[in-house]
Amino acid sequence: MIVEIGHYALVLALALALVQGVLPLAGALRGDAALMAISRPAAVTQFVLIGLSFLALTYAHVVSDFSLVNVFENSHSAKPLIYKISGVWGNHEGSMLLWVLILALFGALVAVFSRSMPDDLRAIVLSVQSWIAAAFLLFVLFTSNPFARLAMPPMEGRDLNPLLQDPGLAIHPPLLYVGYVGFSITFSFAAAALISGRIDAAWARYVRPWTLVSWIFLTLGIAMGSYWAYYTLGWGGFWFWDPVENASLMPWLAGTALLHSAAVMEKRDALKIWTIFLAILAFSLSLLGTFLVRSGVLTSVHAFATDPQRGIFILAILITFIGGSLALFAFRASSLKPGGIFAPVSREGALVLNNLLLTTSCATVFVGTLYPLALEAMTGEKISVGAPFFNLTFGPLFVPIVLAMPIGQMLAWKRGDLLGAAQRVVLAVLIGAVGALALYALQGGPVVAPVLCGLALYLIIGSFVEIAGRIAGRRVPISVMAARALGLPRSAWGTAFAHAGIGLTLFGLAATSWGVERILIAHVGDDIRIGPYEVRVERVEPRMGSNYREWVAHTRVRSGGVDVATIDPSRRSFSTREMVRTEAGIVTLGFGQIYMNIADQRDDGSLDIRLYWKPYVALIWLGALVMAFGGLLSLSDRRLRIGVAKRAGARAQVARNVQPAE
Amino acid sequence: MTRKGRRLTLIASALSVICIAVGLGLYAMKDGVVFFVTPTELAAKTKEMRPNARLRIGGLVLPGSLVKSGDRHVAFVISDNQSEVKVSYTGLLPDLFREGQGVVAEGTLAGDEFKADSVLAKHDEKYMPREVADSLKKQGVWNDGGQGTKTATP
Repeated sequence: MIVEIGHYALVLALALALVQGVLPLAGALRGDAALMAISRPAAVTQFVLIGLSFLALTYAHVVSDFSLVNVFENSHSAKPLIYKISGVWGNHEGSMLLWVLILALFGALVAVFSRSMPDDLRAIVLSVQSWIAAAFLLFVLFTSNPFARLAMPPMEGRDLNPLLQDPGLAIHPPLLYVGYVGFSITFSFAAAALISGRIDAAWARYVRPWTLVSWIFLTLGIAMGSYWAYYTLGWGGFWFWDPVENASLMPWLAGTALLHSAAVMEKRDALKIWTIFLAILAFSLSLLGTFLVRSGVLTSVHAFATDPQRGIFILAILITFIGGSLALFAFRASSLKPGGIFAPVSREGALVLNNLLLTTSCATVFVGTLYPLALEAMTGEKISVGAPFFNLTFGPLFVPIVLAMPIGQMLAWKRGDLLGAAQRVVLAVLIGAVGALALYALQGGPVVAPVLCGLALYLIIGSFVEIAGRIAGRRVPISVMAARALGLPRSAWGTAFAHAGIGLTLFGLAATSWGVERILIAHVGDDIRIGPYEVRVERVEPRMGSNYREWVAHTRVRSGGVDVATIDPSRRSFSTREMVRTEAGIVTLGFGQIYMNIADQRDDGSLDIRLYWKPYVALIWLGALVMAFGGLLSLSDRRLRIGVAKRAGARAQVARNVQPAE
Repeated sequence: MTRKGRRLTLIASALSVICIAVGLGLYAMKDGVVFFVTPTELAAKTKEMRPNARLRIGGLVLPGSLVKSGDRHVAFVISDNQSEVKVSYTGLLPDLFREGQGVVAEGTLAGDEFKADSVLAKHDEKYMPREVADSLKKQGVWNDGGQGTKTATP
C-alpha cells in the first residue's frame, strides 16, 4: 500500500510540474500576479510529493519488500540498515528518483528563500525548473520505474553489489547529486534571465549563492568518490580519468568558471553574455554526465543500440534543454549591451584568463571522454584514452591557472598594477622555491614532484598574501589585526581558503611520486620495512559480519621500534553474490598513509601482501575540504546572504562609485 | 586602449590558449591512446603494428592455462575461442581474476608473448570490461543479457 502511495505521489508530482511549468510562465509574460503566485506553493508541494515517493521506496528497502523488482535486485534481508537505506540510490531507478528529488528540493528552496527577488523572475525560474523536473519525472515513470512489482515475490533478495556496501558510497551519491543537480537552478536562472530580458548585476547576485552551494557539494562529492575508489578498489588509485569521473569533473570546471565570471558580472556589470553561457554550459555538462552514466553507453555503445529506450530518452531531454537554451541564448545575446570596460591587466582580466583556462581544460576532458565513444560508434575501432592523455593536456593547462591565482587576487578592478602584484607575491615565490629545493634534497625522486610541490606552496602562501596585506602592518597591535581580520568580508577569506585548498590538493597529488609500493609474501611475525615505518602481521583470524565472512590480518605499525598504530586489512566474502572484496587497512600518520591489502592465505600460512607508504596523500582530500570550507565562508558573506539581494541592489547604485577593494 | 584593442587582446589570448590546448591534445593522442584488440584481431594485424605499441587485449582466460611461478610471476593465455595469446605478468592478480572468466591485459607485445603491466578482471558477475563483452557478443559466446554498471556513481 505504502509503495502504491509512493508511485501515485510521483504521478501527481508530474501533473503538478506540468502546471507549474505553464501557468507561472504565462503569468510572468502577461503580468498576471495571481498566476505567478502559483509557482511558490507549487514548487514546495512538488518537493513534498517527490519526497513522499522517495520515502515510500526507502520504506520498501528498509522492510525488505522483495515484491518490488528494485528491492529484490539490490537488497538482502541480512544487510545492515545503513546499506538498506543507501541501497535506495545504489541502483539506476533509485538514483534517478534521488535526482528528481534534489531537482525539486532546489525549486522549493528558491521558492522559500527568494522573497526579495522580483516576482516575475522567480516565477520564470520556477517554471523552467519545473520543465526539467517534468522531463525527468517522465523518464522515471516510463523507463525506470522504481515501484515495479514482481508477480511472484521471492523470499530473498540478490543483495547490493558489495563494492557499494560502504559508508563512503552511502553518502557519495547524495553529495554529488546536490552539486550536479544544483546547477539546474543556475540554468533555470539563466533561462529566466533570457526570457525576461533581466540580465544585470542584481541577477548575478541572486544566482551566486546557488552556484556556490552546488559548487561546494560537487567539490565534496568528487572528493568523497575519489577517496572511496582509493580505499576500496585495492591499489590506492584515487583518480582514473574514467568517463564516470570525468562526468562529474566537467561540471565542476564549468561551475568554477561560472563562480568567477559571476563575480565580475556582479561587481562590474561585465561579461554578462559569457556568464549566462557558462550557467547553461554547467548544467548541460551535468545532463551530459547523466546521459553518459545512465544510458548504458559507457558499458557498451552496443548496449545503447540494443536497449535504446533509456538512452534515447535522456538524449532527447539533453537535446531539448541544451538546444532550447542555446537557441534562446542566440536569440537574446545580441540585444545585450556590453557592460563595464576594463584593461587587460585588471581583476576582470585575471578572471577572464581563469575562465579561458578552465573552460579550455574542461574541453580537453570533454574530448578525451567522448572521442573513444565517437570513434567506436563511427569506425568500430576501440581505443581507451587513459591517464597519459589527460596528464599531458589537462596538466599543462592547469599550471598557468595556479601561477595566476595569487597574482589575480592582488590586481585591482578595472586597471591593475601587474608589477606591484608580482612584487607582493615575491615572498610566496621564494617559499615555493625553497620548499621545492628542500623537498628535492630530502626526497629526491622525479623532478616534476618537487617542482609541483613548490608550486603548491607558492599557491598556499600566495592565497593569503592579499589578506595579510590588509590586516598586518608595522607596529600594529595584535588586537587591531584581529579586529581587522574579523572585519574583512567573509568572501575575501573564502577566496583565500578555496585557493589554498587547491594548493593542498596539488601538493598531495605531486607527492604521490614519492610513494613506496611493496608486494611481498610474508609470514605472521615478519617485520616488513615500508618507507619510514615497519609493519608486522600479528595474527590472522576469521570474523563474521552480518552478510559476509572475512579473514582479518591484525597488523601493527611501528616506527623505530615504537608502536604507532594498528591496522586490520581483511578479505571479505559476500555469499549472496559470491564476491570477494578486499578491505584495505589504512592509517594516517602525519599527512601520509600506510595502506595495506592482503590476498588469500597460502597453505603454509604465508600471506600475499600489498603494502604502500603514501606520503602527504591525505592532503588531496583535505584540500577539497578546505576548498569547500572556503566556499562556505563565501556563502556566509553578508553581501551574498540570500534575501539581501534586493536591499543591496538598491545600495549598489550608490556604492558603484566606491568599489570595494577585494 | 580602445574597446577594439581590448577585444583584440581578448580574442588573441583566447586563440592562443585554444591553439596550445589543441596542440597538446593532438600530441597526447599519439601516445596517450591505447588500442583494444581481441586475440583474433591481433593475429591478423601483428605485422602492421608498431613495435612496442601499447595494446589492450581482451578475452577469456583459457581454463588450465594459468601458471604461477615464484616471485609473483604468472603466465596465462587469453583466448577468444578462435585465437590465443600468451600473456606474462608480474604482480598480484585482481581479486576477480579466474580461469574461464573475462579479462583485459594492457602492455606491449614482445615476440609472440604479450608482456602485461596491468591486468583488469571483471568487477562483479554483471560487469565485464566492455570491450570483452562486445567482442564475445559478436561471436555469440555471451550469455548474459543484463546491463552492468561498474559502480552506481553518476
